[in-house]
Order: sequence, then structure tokens, then C-alpha cells
Amino acid sequence: MRDALRSTLDSRVGLYTLGVLAHLGLLLAWYLFVRLGDVPKFVMPSPADTFGALLKPNYDWWKNTLVTATEIFAGYGMALVVGVLLALAFTWSKLLEALALPLLVTLNMIPKVALGPLIIVWFKYGVFPNTLIAFSIAVFPILLTTARGLREIEPDLLDLVRSLRGSRWQTFTKIQLPGALPYVFSGMKVGAILAVAGAIVGEFLGSDRGLGYLMLQVQVTLDTPAMFMAVILITLIGVVLYGLVLALEHWLVPKDARIG
Amino acid sequence: MTTEPFIHLAGVRKVYRRGRQEHLAVSDATFDVMPGELVSLVGPSGCGKSTLLKVLAGLHPHDGGEVRIGSATHPFAPERDIGMVFQAPLLLKWRRILENILLPAELLGLPMREARERGRELMAMVGLAGNEDKYPYELSGGMQQRAAIARALIHDPKLVLMDEPFGALDALTREKMNLELLRIWKESGKTIVFVTHGISEAVFLGTRVVVLTAGPARMADNFPIELPHPRTLDMKTHEAFGVYTRRIYKLLGME
Repeated sequence: MRDALRSTLDSRVGLYTLGVLAHLGLLLAWYLFVRLGDVPKFVMPSPADTFGALLKPNYDWWKNTLVTATEIFAGYGMALVVGVLLALAFTWSKLLEALALPLLVTLNMIPKVALGPLIIVWFKYGVFPNTLIAFSIAVFPILLTTARGLREIEPDLLDLVRSLRGSRWQTFTKIQLPGALPYVFSGMKVGAILAVAGAIVGEFLGSDRGLGYLMLQVQVTLDTPAMFMAVILITLIGVVLYGLVLALEHWLVPKDARIG
Repeated sequence: MTTEPFIHLAGVRKVYRRGRQEHLAVSDATFDVMPGELVSLVGPSGCGKSTLLKVLAGLHPHDGGEVRIGSATHPFAPERDIGMVFQAPLLLKWRRILENILLPAELLGLPMREARERGRELMAMVGLAGNEDKYPYELSGGMQQRAAIARALIHDPKLVLMDEPFGALDALTREKMNLELLRIWKESGKTIVFVTHGISEAVFLGTRVVVLTAGPARMADNFPIELPHPRTLDMKTHEAFGVYTRRIYKLLGME
């Protein structure tokens, strides 16, 4: 029995199986809680009721999911491009870094959610302002960790390159950039979680589409199963994004170099 | 000896300035290194031995005296004739071992097909055959340092500079690596400057030992080690070995 457990924990398939089992276990616990506790549907629907909400066509599940996913992925993509490019700019200009970095630390302290109402004033409501909110909240961890990763370079390694008269470009492409990659991914993982939250907050604040908007609509009619379903779909979008980041990291960064 | 020295240092000085403070890191370093010699630079922390190595590597300009590397018979091209090994292996975590060893060849733009071939040969020479496709974390500290030595040799430099390369290894691995280094040195025929604070290591490895003292930094002595080659560990118990180490302890005021 013990040996079987050990070999399960050591094998990759075994670990995946356990992960899937844990999820199924949660579903089961949810079902049993509602069933045995006799919980009213409007407080907590059963898994069956929740998935049943998908059958209501007037909720436009597919369209709303697509809208929210667009906001999250677009905002996250912008955050990735802007964050990494700005961090790269810092390595080329010490002055820029010295000016911008303290400012960014301060700006990072602004609760980005508080910017939501402003962004909506500036850009009306819709997909674009929600994308911007997702961007503004996801860009900081990516920018700050990338900047840090680019700075982490062993002085002796620099000497080694200089002793061979290696160019700045070679130092950058062969050592600095690949060395910063684990940090980029560390920031990307934090950013992925925040981007999801940002887009939903945007939809709460003012929107006519998306899963966050839908949640507010069905809340009025106390359609709790639909609210549950919306939360599940939002989570799934986040899981897909996070999974893509992990897969990319797995592909680009060898095991020992990964952080966070 | 009729051959010209490969390295000639005369009255070399190096001063670091921080604001208005001046700090004398090296003074009056005067010694010659013959082609194919393995010279140990030994001294306590702050004696300027690492600084001197960086001057030799062309990483720091010196502030006085003469530094000449190369001779008519052994020409020296500073941009491609230096190999460096540091206390940390400094292998790139994201590259496999062979790819790590090829780094200097890439930086110098050497033909990669031949470099790859040579990389494999060097890996065999330093005892790493079969580990070409491993990542650094899969290797022990001693093996990583072997890879660092192979990397320092990949572009066939005339001069190899080593800055306490075995300082982070445990005592047994260190002794083993000392023997390995002597073998690699004999096989490759390189001129090596080896910085260490280990007195016994300096004597065991060196054909010559240069002793540096700290506070103020200056060169205290320079003498040949006339122990036979190949060196064996039991020589450390020989009378002659003790004479050399005592001489260094005395110079460093530790007797």
C-alpha cells in the first residue's frame, strides 16, 4: 500500500491522476453538501442545477464568455508587451531606470480597481476600458520582475564575456535576456491572475457585455445557478491563460532555472 | 634559460578610487612567467591577487609599471588568448553542458562545427564524457568546475587565468581537482596563472609561487617550486614541501 502510494507520487501520470481526483472530490463534496444539507437552490445550487443554467439561451453564455476572454487576453497581452519592453528600455538607459523605477513602485501602490471609475469616464464603457483595467493591473508584476531579472547578472560572468571582448549585444542576447526569462515568467504568473480580476471588476463597474455583466443581471433575479456558472467560466478562462503561461515556461525554461 | 618570458610584469600598480578615497590594490608587482608555466599567486584576502588577475585579463587598466604578455615565439592576441575560471562555475543554467562550454567560441565567432568537435574532446579530457546533454544542476560542484575549465579552453587560449577555482569545493574534491588540473595543464601545455589563498595548494600546483601580502598590498616574494613532476599527493608530506609552505607562512606573518 505504502509502496503503491510512493510510486504514484513519483510518476507523472500518477500525479495528474491525483490532481483530477482532487477536482472530482470537490465536485462530490459540493453535491453532497447541497443534497444532504438540503440547501435552498437560491443560496447554493447543486452542480446539476449550475450546469443546467447553461441551457438558458437568453444568457448568451458563449458570447459573454468570448467578451470576457477577449478583455483578459488582450489586457494581458498588452501588459506582457509593454512590461517587457519597458524593462528592456531600462537596461539600455540607466537614467530612464533611475527616473522611472521609483515612480513605478509608487504607481504600483495605487489600487488599480480604484482607477476603474476613472477609466470608464475617459473611455466610456465596453470592451476597451475593461481591457485597460486588466492591463493596468497585470503590467506591474511583469515589468518589475523582468526589470529585476535583467539586473541579476553575475559580475564575474560579465568579466568572462569582457575578457573575450564580447559585445554588449552578445551579453544581452546570450546572458542577460535568457537569464531574465525565469523572472519574466514569475511576473507573468502573478499578472495572469490579476488580469482576470481586472477584467471582471471592469465589467462590474460598467459594461453591457461579459460574464461580470451577466452576473449582475442574474443577481437581480436571484438566479444563483447562473451566477455560479459565470464564476466557473471566469475561472476556466483564468485556468486556460495560466496553463498557457506554464506550458510556455515549461518549453522555454529548464527545470532548475524556474522560480516562483 | 634562453626563451623569453610569456608574461613580464615590472612594478605594476593598481589604485582604486572611490570618491576622494584612494585604495592601493596592487603595488610593485614584478615577476615573469615562462611559456607553459603554472604560476600560483597566493596571499590573504585584500592582497590584490584577484585584481592582478583582472589586470592580466585586460579587464582593468593598471596605473603604473609595465605589463607585457606575449613574445616573439609565443604571440598573444588579448581578445582571444585568455581563458578564465572563477570560484563559481558560472555555467548558464538554461544551457546544456556542451552548449555552456561552447560559449566563448560563440562570442568569438569561431566555426561552430569544429568548436563542437573540440568541445567534446575537451569534455573527455576533463572527465565529463557522456554529460554533454545534461543541465548544470544535474552535475556536482566539482563536475561543474570541470565544465568551467573546459569552457576556458574551448577557444584554445594561450593563457588561462584561474581565480580560486576550487575555493568552494570540499577538501577531498579539491585535492582531486588539483591532481586533475595538473594533468590537464600537462596535456594542454597552457600557461596558467592560478590565484589561491591556500598555501599548500599554491605550492602543490605551482612551478613558481608569487606571494602577495595585504595592508598595504605589495608583492612579498617570487620563487620557483622545484618539486618533480608529475606531482603526487604524498609529496605534501615531504621535507621540501614543508620548507616551501613554511617560507610562505613566514612571509604572511603567520609563524
